[in-house]
Amino acid sequence: MTPTDPAGIRFTHIEKRYGGLFALRRVSLEIAAGECVALAGRNGSGKTTLLRIAAQLVRPSSGDVRFTRANGQSIDGARPRTGYVAHATMVYDDLTAEENLVLFARLQGSAAPAALAERLLSEVGLRERRASLVRTFSRGMRQRVAIARALLQQPQILLLDEPGTGLDAEGLLWLAGTLRELRDAGCTVLMSLHGESEISALATRGVRLDAGSLVADTRDGAELHAIFALAGA
Amino acid sequence: MGLGLLSNTLVLLGKELRTELRSRELLTTTVIFILLVMVLFSFTFDPSSSDARRFGAGLLWLAFLFAASLMLQPCFLREQTNDTLSALRLAVSDPFAILLAKLAANTLFLLATELLMLPVFAVLYNVPVFPVFGQLLLVFFLGSLGVSVAGTALSAISAQARMRELLLPLLLLPLLTPVLVASTQVTAGLLDVQPFVQWKGVGFLAVFDLVFLTALWLFGEYLLEE
Repeated sequence: MTPTDPAGIRFTHIEKRYGGLFALRRVSLEIAAGECVALAGRNGSGKTTLLRIAAQLVRPSSGDVRFTRANGQSIDGARPRTGYVAHATMVYDDLTAEENLVLFARLQGSAAPAALAERLLSEVGLRERRASLVRTFSRGMRQRVAIARALLQQPQILLLDEPGTGLDAEGLLWLAGTLRELRDAGCTVLMSLHGESEISALATRGVRLDAGSLVADTRDGAELHAIFALAGA
Repeated sequence: MGLGLLSNTLVLLGKELRTELRSRELLTTTVIFILLVMVLFSFTFDPSSSDARRFGAGLLWLAFLFAASLMLQPCFLREQTNDTLSALRLAVSDPFAILLAKLAANTLFLLATELLMLPVFAVLYNVPVFPVFGQLLLVFFLGSLGVSVAGTALSAISAQARMRELLLPLLLLPLLTPVLVASTQVTAGLLDVQPFVQWKGVGFLAVFDLVFLTALWLFGEYLLEE
């Protein structure tokens, strides 16, 4: 699961409007390759929009998003390998867990999709249920499949939108362990979180959004606590 | 066509076929709809009269078109349930693969339904179809492709809109009127007592398909954006 070539993200004056409503207001943020950044903020503060812009699923109304190398230079051409876990599971209910992972592994050009799917399903603790349709899974199990899908192509950048949703205590511990492993291997992580948890403890930097504006950005441990305390309020 | 595009399209087409064969949701709906239309109208025609030959082609294509609009509606709506469209956009090397796979699946499903319903039509309306089966297959393919190309594009647009259930048929039916007219004319010629191929109509269908396919290739990426 180690990315060979770490990549960062540079947001410059990002604005996103939906009609007359501002989801993001001139957000500028440079995330260095290998950083683990927690995004905090109340509901509707713009966290999901920023993550979707980073994933290039949403085009900003104005501003610029660039991916950068470890030395800060912009990456031109192909987007770095990006894993994205959203609010929705982004997997098919009418396919089995294994079929879902094999499908996305094939689309990403994996040489051995079946073996990769089996390994990831073992890692997320769903090996026994690999042949079951996702529609029969609990929310937590679906979230595990969603995380496995995001990890399929050994992401250089991992974008997580409240990744602990639906996970039980064991699942949260597993996710924290996996993210720690990825972070230590140089994967850049940008995750939106509500409140403090095993996962927020992994963040080396905290950013708080409020009504679409970036209002706090810190690497200080004590201030990180404050950011989550405010966001969870 | 790049190898990445071709391989992604085939993988996605496999997924479309697998999920449909598992649920049979679309095929069942369209087959029942077409069957119902054909049975109902068979009571209003005298199967032995030449009316059946004259009106049969129009009836057949009208039923196909409405069945297609039923089939195309969930095409992209399904991808919104769990935001799987975003997962596909992140995974494929060329977003056109997503549209191409949907288009191929819709064409195959529609063609399969039409071929399944053809013998029923032949029996109910007393029209011999097997001597011209090859030509009918050609016009069914070109007509279904035209319906699917335009329908897939409009399904992608309408899936993101409000009043989406209303929007697709509202946009689709006027846009497909030329396909409906050409397909009906060519089919009517083939169902005639002395069957003939109306090449002008066949040519029109081929050009329509080519133009819309090119437009889908050029602008398809924008259709999938949020």
